[in-house]
Amino acid sequence: MIANLALILLCQLIGEAVVRGAKLVVPGPVIGMGLLFVYLIVRDRYLSSEREPKQKVEATAKGLLASLALLFVPAGVGVTQNLDLIADRGIAIFLALTVSVIATLLATVLTFIMISRLMGSGGESTD
Amino acid sequence: MTDSPQPLWVYLSQSPLLWLTVTLLVFVVANLASELAGRNPLMNPVLHSIWIVSSVLYLTGTSYPTYFQGAQFIHFLLGPATVALAAPLYEHRKLVSAALLPMLAALIVGSVTAIVSIILLAELVGLPREVVLALAPKSVTAGVAMGISDAIGANPAVTVVATVMTGVMGAILVSPIMNWLGISDYRARGFAAGLASHGLGAARAFQVNQIAGAFAGMAMGLNAFITSLLVPVMAKLLVG
Repeated sequence: MIANLALILLCQLIGEAVVRGAKLVVPGPVIGMGLLFVYLIVRDRYLSSEREPKQKVEATAKGLLASLALLFVPAGVGVTQNLDLIADRGIAIFLALTVSVIATLLATVLTFIMISRLMGSGGESTD
Repeated sequence: MTDSPQPLWVYLSQSPLLWLTVTLLVFVVANLASELAGRNPLMNPVLHSIWIVSSVLYLTGTSYPTYFQGAQFIHFLLGPATVALAAPLYEHRKLVSAALLPMLAALIVGSVTAIVSIILLAELVGLPREVVLALAPKSVTAGVAMGISDAIGANPAVTVVATVMTGVMGAILVSPIMNWLGISDYRARGFAAGLASHGLGAARAFQVNQIAGAFAGMAMGLNAFITSLLVPVMAKLLVG
């Protein structure tokens, strides 16, 4: 558990260092996600399973992801710091965001379905 | 409560323990209500936690910085959780690599739609130029959106508001829209949720289906990358 958490934090740390060093616009944790992915590939291909910790890093990762929704609450509460903007322009912002979110969901899902049907893999359930 | 300041309250209200506990308790209750309602999108646990916690802060006269001293421990985990998205992605790597082409096409179309639609709509409803610019990166995770906002000379605080609103809205709307369209492909559903509404969309996707969650995480990461390249160009083209 501790070793797994340390590994996840290490990936993020390297990610942040790379982003600062190379002045990238990509967030550090996204680079960290890539690093952990590479680690998992290397682990399963080249590292012997005997030396592995009893609990794999996947278990810790899934634990974190199970509470993903909770992690947005503190930032969400921060919205109250901009109440005057919301009072002034809230309805216009709300309308524009809602229509944009619907348009984005539709454009994304329809493109995905269309291309995957064109490729012949079908759009139906995949498991 | 602030009229009769008792020593215990004065102590607790300034300590990280109180606000950390309040955030967790409120979320546990909101999450339980969401489960009891069969994960109905309108019972989104984040949305309801936000207004309940905000009300508690208002009623107790607590400032956001004081609250955040406790809440930062939760907020901090957003970074590690993003790294953790590699695990479901790796687990479903065969599905992900088989869907590479649909994913890339959906990424480009979705990302451009997210940016262009909000710029045009925001101008249509008469929002001032600085707000239009601040809304442009709203579909990517808050930390990145703020960075983009800063880079194009907009106000990052306004961007956070737009990002959280977008995330909550996407999480609420994704299931009804997909069911209405009759889309049963959880890869496509999850990808759209993560692209349109970042981590909040991904959190919703994980509630519904693990494969949807893996694709939502992928969409969130890829969209953060491409949006940071596209927004400055689009802002110049469309806002001038």
